Amino acid sequence: MTSTSALGSRRALTQDRVINWLFLSFLALSLLVGFLLLGALLVDVFRKGVGELSWSFLTNPPSSLPSRAGARPAILGTIYMMILLVVLTVPLGVGTAIYLEEYANKNRWYNRWLEINIQNLAGVPSIVYGILGLAFLVRGLGLGRVLLAGALILTLLVLPTVIVAAREALRAVPDSIRQGAFALGASQWQVVSRQVLPAAIPGIATGAILALARAIGETAPLLMVGALAFIAFNPTILGDFTALPIQIFQWISRPQEEFRHKAAAAIIVLLALLLVMNAFAVWIRNRYERRW
Amino acid sequence: MTARRRWELTLVALFALLATVAVIAASCGGDEGGIGGRVEIDGSSTVAPLTTLAAEEFQIVHPSARITVGISGTGGGFERFCAGETDFSDASRPIKDEEVELCADHGVEFIEFAVATDALTVVVNPDNDWVDCLTVEQLGTIWAPESESTIENWADVDPSFPDEALTLAGPGTDSGTFDYFTDVVNGDEGASRADYTASEDDNVIVQAVQGATGGAGYFGFSYFVQNPDALKAVSVDGGSGCVAPSIETALSGDYAPLARPLFVYANVESFNEEVVREFMRFYLESAPEIAEVALFVPLSQVQQADALSTFETAVSSVTPPPAAATS
Repeated sequence: MTSTSALGSRRALTQDRVINWLFLSFLALSLLVGFLLLGALLVDVFRKGVGELSWSFLTNPPSSLPSRAGARPAILGTIYMMILLVVLTVPLGVGTAIYLEEYANKNRWYNRWLEINIQNLAGVPSIVYGILGLAFLVRGLGLGRVLLAGALILTLLVLPTVIVAAREALRAVPDSIRQGAFALGASQWQVVSRQVLPAAIPGIATGAILALARAIGETAPLLMVGALAFIAFNPTILGDFTALPIQIFQWISRPQEEFRHKAAAAIIVLLALLLVMNAFAVWIRNRYERRW
Repeated sequence: MTARRRWELTLVALFALLATVAVIAASCGGDEGGIGGRVEIDGSSTVAPLTTLAAEEFQIVHPSARITVGISGTGGGFERFCAGETDFSDASRPIKDEEVELCADHGVEFIEFAVATDALTVVVNPDNDWVDCLTVEQLGTIWAPESESTIENWADVDPSFPDEALTLAGPGTDSGTFDYFTDVVNGDEGASRADYTASEDDNVIVQAVQGATGGAGYFGFSYFVQNPDALKAVSVDGGSGCVAPSIETALSGDYAPLARPLFVYANVESFNEEVVREFMRFYLESAPEIAEVALFVPLSQVQQADALSTFETAVSSVTPPPAAATS
């Protein structure tokens, strides 16, 4: 009797081990797929683009002649867009999240309605925001095809993501912190501004910057508001503009092989900008991280 | 702790650098000199390389001019042009009646200028050894709306052709190239079979034709010039023998009917602005050189002289001739 049960448990043990091994190899495979794709992309882009990267590539305006084409207006357009996006999305997104998490009474129908809508907005395809922007901002408000219009559209696009991320971060702050502060006589505003918000900053920053990084790579909504243009001068907030993803799109569709190399170089620049943003997110997270 | 401190400093420095670059670039880019002002252009992606080159060269001489060249397609360009949003519209086909009406509704008065010629090129796979020349009728057989799901093999086009599947690629319906080709080949603008690989990106057409032995497609001449080994251009017989597409045959008019003029439409009212006027003059005066560099067929001297005289007449009608121009 005892011998068979010992055998049975040994069999169960090997079975466990096999399952464990299968599961681990599945995880490794998932990881590998992502890494291989990214690796292939990077190798391809760097092979084509590194030779094109030069000071003149960064400072020259685009051109019909590959020999003198650069990406200055597009790079500046993307940097301006990044700055505007941070200024526009972070206060709006964090504000909304604070209201929904800290102030809103979840039993009221309008608060529930707000929540559902925000979650739905996060799933709307980006081109729809582009059309919305074209109809309401560019034509309706008469803003024109300007950088600000593009930035506002991208703001709308990433706002739901930022709100959701910020809410998660606020929710992760232990309730004992709030209650402790209230017990010491702090007002709601004092609790939020001095305890909850500082504690949530790492999460908010990570979420916001990942969302912004996505927005910077968006092409479709910007096409709708006229970023698909040849611009040899520096963009301004209320002037015509172009951005790196659009410049890449434009170069790739040119007949000359050299332009495809320019596109690869522009992709490297865009990746570098994204890397800077992500590094900033990591820094903020490390700087403000607290443990309880 | 010190490692972290250094890490922080590096990042702060990186951001400061980014901000400085932006500020410096913004300030040093504010070039001054020459005629200033804004010129807004939109329209065909086929004509854009020409207009872009003109804009570039013009801005080298007049650094404070700001010229935007959008690429919304011929139709999209006219939509904005007729709403009065743009000064010029690039077009790879003549303006349509409904677009003329749209312009009239908004009180936009325009003039048409030919700036170059393009030879629409019919291409087949380089391994295709049975086709060197196609008549316009044969092209019609291949591309007609009725041919959809009936002409699917080269043998269906002509019994002397081998039994090889016909794989077609061409520009999409928004393109002026599509409008022009269907008009000439199928006798009706926009009439085409729909079961082909349609793309506004001509590189996609190149790849599609390259990928199948029985592949065929059409696009502007410059794409063929850039991919001469990847594809084989077919001569076209418009009734007076086979003519291969080339700059010479398009210029002489022998490459009929697929040589097409490329246009820039100008809003007459915009000629009130010096920068618009001077840009157009510059564009027309240098049109032949621009066309050559951008791999298009240049205007003949007669065509260029015609365009310039049309331009001068239009300018003199909107601006009083003396004083103003010299000040």
